[in-house]
Amino acid sequence: MGDAIIDIRALSLAYERGGQRNVILSNLDLSIARGEFLVIVGESGVGKSTLLRVLIGLARPSSGKVRLDTRPGCRTPMALVFQDARLLPWRRVIDNVAFGLEGSGLSKAERRARAAEMLALVGLGDLARRWPHQLSGGQRQRVAIARALAVEPDVLLMDEPFSALDSFTREGLQDELQRIKAQTGKTVLFVTHDIDEAVTLADRVVVLAGSPGRVAAEVRIDVPRPRQRRDAALLEAARSLRGELSRRSADL
Amino acid sequence: MSLVRSTLLAAAGLAAFLLFWEAMPRLGLINPAFLPPPSTIPPAFLREVSLGIWPEAVLSSLSHYVAGLAAGAGAGVGLGLLSGMSRSFEAFTAWIVRLLRPIPGLAWVPFAIIWFGVQPSAAVFIIAIGVFWIVFFATQGAVRGVDRDLIEVAQAFGFRSPLARLAKILLPAATPGILVGLRTALGQAWMAVVAAEIFGVPGVGQRMMQASSLLSTDIVVVYMLTMAALYGLFDSAFVALQGWLLRWRA
Repeated sequence: MGDAIIDIRALSLAYERGGQRNVILSNLDLSIARGEFLVIVGESGVGKSTLLRVLIGLARPSSGKVRLDTRPGCRTPMALVFQDARLLPWRRVIDNVAFGLEGSGLSKAERRARAAEMLALVGLGDLARRWPHQLSGGQRQRVAIARALAVEPDVLLMDEPFSALDSFTREGLQDELQRIKAQTGKTVLFVTHDIDEAVTLADRVVVLAGSPGRVAAEVRIDVPRPRQRRDAALLEAARSLRGELSRRSADL
Repeated sequence: MSLVRSTLLAAAGLAAFLLFWEAMPRLGLINPAFLPPPSTIPPAFLREVSLGIWPEAVLSSLSHYVAGLAAGAGAGVGLGLLSGMSRSFEAFTAWIVRLLRPIPGLAWVPFAIIWFGVQPSAAVFIIAIGVFWIVFFATQGAVRGVDRDLIEVAQAFGFRSPLARLAKILLPAATPGILVGLRTALGQAWMAVVAAEIFGVPGVGQRMMQASSLLSTDIVVVYMLTMAALYGLFDSAFVALQGWLLRWRA
């Protein structure tokens, strides 16, 4: 793919524990286009999260290549939103958002200003002075998104960021994320096990299946945004993805 | 129990204790030289103050206390952080710790006197050793217990050096545990103050020994209560500081 911002080739990750070799990823190929909203779905244990951890540098692949075509000299080409918000409890909301900017050469005032902007973007401008324990689960996850956006990454990585939230909050945040995506034009790589969530958000859905995980199917969701959650095309896409997934797991 | 009721009961308990204490020597059940009645304590205190002995002894003890606490706690936090962060450092020092840890602080008194003489620095040394281990183990444990997930956050945002990990995650996350150790040390250090000064370094402990050899037990009690008051003062101040530092907790 010519305009790929991330190009993953033959990526494998395995580790030994107790004399046993565990293969998490094997020969994975995947390209993500600039500006694309790519969602990876798959059951637990197919290595979805591991893939994100490799990209952000929290895990080291055994072999394979990841080619990045991000802005040259960018300090943080990617930023990760974890499944649990993982805010630093001893920092106020604003300073959690400014966290990744430390060491960027910005002054404290500039960092705070940028953080305030990001908080406004996720709709939490009023809560800047709160402590994390004073927030709801959904608010915490918004702060985590603001923290990731603050470092101006080329790619936003999201590891099942809404899976721990109640469905009402989850749908609200899905809409919010689509708005933010439209507003910032970021490339988003989003991992989930929720198929409805995948089709709602994605330009393209990649199904990872098997153990070790490989790309089992790929579906392009050509439904214009803003999307209606009960849109017939989305429901149809979800139905065909479900069929794909159950067929794949039956094969294994 | 209501607050009023429990306060009243506490006051009644203290009054009963003081009455009993006053009665024992007054009724001739105990020689007043062995146990001075509480009514003799305030005059004894005023005498000590007007002679200038009390302020001098207290200031001298406080200077030992603060210097010893700072040295011992500083070393304890520093080495505790290092040992909590580095498995190699921990392994390297494991047997040294095993060897030195069980030695009671007061067993260092002979060396304190040989190395420093009967000088304030000897008292500072004894106090520092007395608090070092408490703070060292509290810090090491607190660092060891820091949530790995939070360390990953720092890594994910590009803070990968040990120094960045320490400043951004380990130190703030370990602060509650370190403060618990420091608070224990605050009390332990007073014990060491008395012990160190009993050997002749000027201060509260020394004054108590002088008074006891003259059987001026009222003066001994004055300094016992002085220490209780100072400890209470420091502990309350520390608890307030702790509350402020940990205001981020639920």
